[in-house]
Amino acid sequence: MRRPAKDTAASHRKISRRGLIVGGLQAGFVGLLGFRMRQLQVDQADEFRFLAEENRVNIRLIPPARGEIFDRNGVAIAENEPAYRITIVREDAGDVEAVVARLGKLVELDPEELERAMTEMKRSAPFLPITVADRVTWEDISRVAVNGPALPGVTPEVGLSRHYPMGRDFAHVVGYVGPVSDRDLSRYEDPPPLLRIPRFQIGKVGVESRLEEQLRGSAGAKRVEVNAVGRVMRELSRREGTGGATVQLTIDSDLQNYVQARLGEESASVVVMDLQSGDLLTAASSPSYDPNKFVRGISVADYGLLRDNDHRPLASKTVQDAYPPGSTFKMVTVLAAMDAGLVAPDETVWCPGHLEVSGRKFHCWKRAGHGHMNLEQSLRESCDVYYYDLALKVGIERIAEMARRLGLGQAHDVPMSAVTSGLVPDKQWKQVNRGADWVIGDSVNASIGQGFVLTSPLQLAVMTARIATGRSIAPRLIKTIDGIEQPGTPGESLGLNENHLRQVRRAMYAVSNNRRGTAYGSRIIADEMRLAGKTGTSQVRNITAAERARGVTRNQDLPWERRDHALFVNFAPYDNPRIAVATVVEHGGGGSTAAAPIGRDVTLQALYGEDPPLDAYPSKDRSRIKAQQERLARERPLRGAPSSDQA
Amino acid sequence: MSYLEYNVKHVPSGPRKILFLNWPLALLLGAVASVGFLMLYSVAGGSFSPWAEPQMKRFAAGFVIMLFVAMVPIWFWRNLAVVAYAVSIALLIAVEFFGAVGMGAQRWIELGPLRLQPSELMKIGLVMILAAYYDWLPVKKTSRPLWVVIPVLIILFPTALVLNQPDLGTAILLLTAGGLLMFMAGVHWGYFAVVLAALGALITAVFQSRGTDWQLLKDYQFRRIDTFLDPSSDPLGAGYHITQSKIALGSGGWTGRGFMQGTQSRLNFLPEKHTDFIFTTLAEEFGFVGAFSLLGLYALIIFFCISSALQNRDRFASLMTLGIATTFFLFFAVNMSMVMGLAPVVGVPLPLVSYGGSAMLILMLGFGLVQSAHVHRPRGAA
Repeated sequence: MRRPAKDTAASHRKISRRGLIVGGLQAGFVGLLGFRMRQLQVDQADEFRFLAEENRVNIRLIPPARGEIFDRNGVAIAENEPAYRITIVREDAGDVEAVVARLGKLVELDPEELERAMTEMKRSAPFLPITVADRVTWEDISRVAVNGPALPGVTPEVGLSRHYPMGRDFAHVVGYVGPVSDRDLSRYEDPPPLLRIPRFQIGKVGVESRLEEQLRGSAGAKRVEVNAVGRVMRELSRREGTGGATVQLTIDSDLQNYVQARLGEESASVVVMDLQSGDLLTAASSPSYDPNKFVRGISVADYGLLRDNDHRPLASKTVQDAYPPGSTFKMVTVLAAMDAGLVAPDETVWCPGHLEVSGRKFHCWKRAGHGHMNLEQSLRESCDVYYYDLALKVGIERIAEMARRLGLGQAHDVPMSAVTSGLVPDKQWKQVNRGADWVIGDSVNASIGQGFVLTSPLQLAVMTARIATGRSIAPRLIKTIDGIEQPGTPGESLGLNENHLRQVRRAMYAVSNNRRGTAYGSRIIADEMRLAGKTGTSQVRNITAAERARGVTRNQDLPWERRDHALFVNFAPYDNPRIAVATVVEHGGGGSTAAAPIGRDVTLQALYGEDPPLDAYPSKDRSRIKAQQERLARERPLRGAPSSDQA
Repeated sequence: MSYLEYNVKHVPSGPRKILFLNWPLALLLGAVASVGFLMLYSVAGGSFSPWAEPQMKRFAAGFVIMLFVAMVPIWFWRNLAVVAYAVSIALLIAVEFFGAVGMGAQRWIELGPLRLQPSELMKIGLVMILAAYYDWLPVKKTSRPLWVVIPVLIILFPTALVLNQPDLGTAILLLTAGGLLMFMAGVHWGYFAVVLAALGALITAVFQSRGTDWQLLKDYQFRRIDTFLDPSSDPLGAGYHITQSKIALGSGGWTGRGFMQGTQSRLNFLPEKHTDFIFTTLAEEFGFVGAFSLLGLYALIIFFCISSALQNRDRFASLMTLGIATTFFLFFAVNMSMVMGLAPVVGVPLPLVSYGGSAMLILMLGFGLVQSAHVHRPRGAA
């Protein structure tokens, strides 16, 4: 290569000059970079630091333990028990199919659940645990744990699940919990984040639902550091949640168990109310169902059986069903008449078996008639004509007003689902709802608790309690929440004439203690335990004149759903009332034959606090009662024991 | 022989040469590489594997290469310039046919144990041939159109090959480095003014064309530009890298979160945390102080190179040193601009710090040439 003088001064100067220019440009750019660095790292540092924290830190909720529910004596009704499940982490398992196949040999896997788990696993991040078997037994968990080395990625996990040790006996009072549904969420304007935790359970019906806020507790939280794909790297801090409040019911579980057993598969309900405090000692509705099945997720077939059963096991009959009260309403009519000063106890009414009112014949249940009836006789023998006559005198407005004073026609404040307010009709109600004028015949029907009048068993118990005490006593279902006694309503005086009340009570005493009383067959002969009550038989069909002419069909000959409802209300002991009981047997036939015996058994059981001595019963009943007590004693422990299929 | 024309009387010879190395420059290179080791150790979660240890070995190898190249007289390398360029071109063409595909582009070929990126080699090759060209060209011909077109072709040919890989970052680097070298060689500034004006007009035209019938770019290309200009418009898509990178930098504050305390890189919010985006980890863990210090080290390296070049009265040595310095500058300037949101995301590593074999070895080779030029600079009277 040719090489002339290279390092000429001119060339070197040029390079130096251009080199310095480029060097200067570079220095300028370095300055720009430094300035940008300062801008990002110093001036906007706070903003970016916040964003970095937001990237990094994730808040995870820790579900609190749900509050437990006990009866008035501290017996568990709803509790939390450990529930075991098996999860698989895809990335730890490696060959998921093989691991699942091996797992399937140890534990029975539900193919449907397994398929869902496999789909979920493909969709979600590889480090997330996916449940493949839920509610497995302790034995299964042990088998999985022992075989751990052969099952990479498989982890037995334990959580808490609701369990109802009393099974079906409290299904209608306490209800059950279940997974949060869209409908549950829609009830909140701003649903608590807790409800979005997978597998979180929420109260669906009954106390579980109505006291949801108290029972739920508040969520704990842990701050975890996550990486860019959401994998938890470590826990930064943790605040445990507060468990839900412990709730104590006023129900006496021994009595409740007894009553459920006593009702058996009859479509019936019983309410027992304490006359001191208004505490509901029992609210039994039968037939019932096992709430534990709902917690687990009830099968379509099982649910179909419950739904289609004509005895309606899902209905909480004590509070949500309203029946015509029939003759149990007669105390209301007579008290209204006495309060208005329109009747004296000794005044008599002639009962020829019917009464003709504005051209229409209203029949007494006794076709031949009762003859002369005074107040006590009319209630004792349940003469209808006597009350027809009263209705004509007092009118519906005063009857309705008395009914409301005694607790009918209003939804009592108990935390159960779908508490009905029943119906106490008056002129305005009929005008608004039926668009028709009130006619005198409506009053006549209402006077014996037929026609439009509807009452729930709870309302009947309240009515009886108010007659027995003269106070505006109201029911209480929740005794304590977190140990704090809940206010009850022992009630103020109703302002009724004590004399009038005494007359009615005495007549009710005669119902079951006078040889001619309709519930004489269901009397108690232990002197200090005597009961006072009233039977009722309410028609669910119209008896046509033609049928009446050829003779009213007997209940036993009718299909079940057209038979009369049997009712019985009572309080006891007569001398010193402690409890009020309302018994309704749907389509049971006559009040005195179907409802009163149950009322008496329940009353004695409640008063003695255990199986009553046989000598409280009339001697001819004793052998039958003894057999019944033995049978129920055999059934009850089985009901109370934890159900065996809890896994 | 041409090298005899040098005034070699005062040039050191034999093992004594090692004493005449530009030692401050060598130490600065070691310091910057050490920052790299530290950061690679940190992003691996406090472990020498998988990145820090191989990187240290590579730097050691690179340092040996640098010393070796420095010991060989600079005129030997000048005579090798055409060969270096030719080999680089040949390899770039070879990679078109035999190259492995990585990150969606053909970039490297396997040569035994060595994984070679010809585009890296071309960075040195281009600087060498341009320096040799202007060394050969009589000074007065420098700005004549014919003699301007030749180096332009020398630059555009490899640039087109690299762009075809496609590797936009390296292509821009080659184009800019080549252009600056021509500028420093003394090509009349009028040429540059015309090119810059044309470029400006083109960019304006591209933006003006948007939404019209004669639109010059595809819609998705415009959207990429939008994302660059406002990363928050697409925080989880294309804007993700730059948003996360800025968060990492910004959260460092003045003094940083502390060594190995950076959450953005450790938790994988940052992509390419050990390669192109390693600067963000440094900035997050050591804050403004750390990041600015690294910038200072880089600036010092450039300073020592330029000062060495300006003292060197040999045209080839001087231009080549400036060219290597400019290439090095472009590396870190583009990388830092990218992670700080000043430039679009193009794949340019942080020199000597980012994890990567070829880039490290090629850079050390380049600094070897700079050292050789320094050691063998003409001394005494001209």
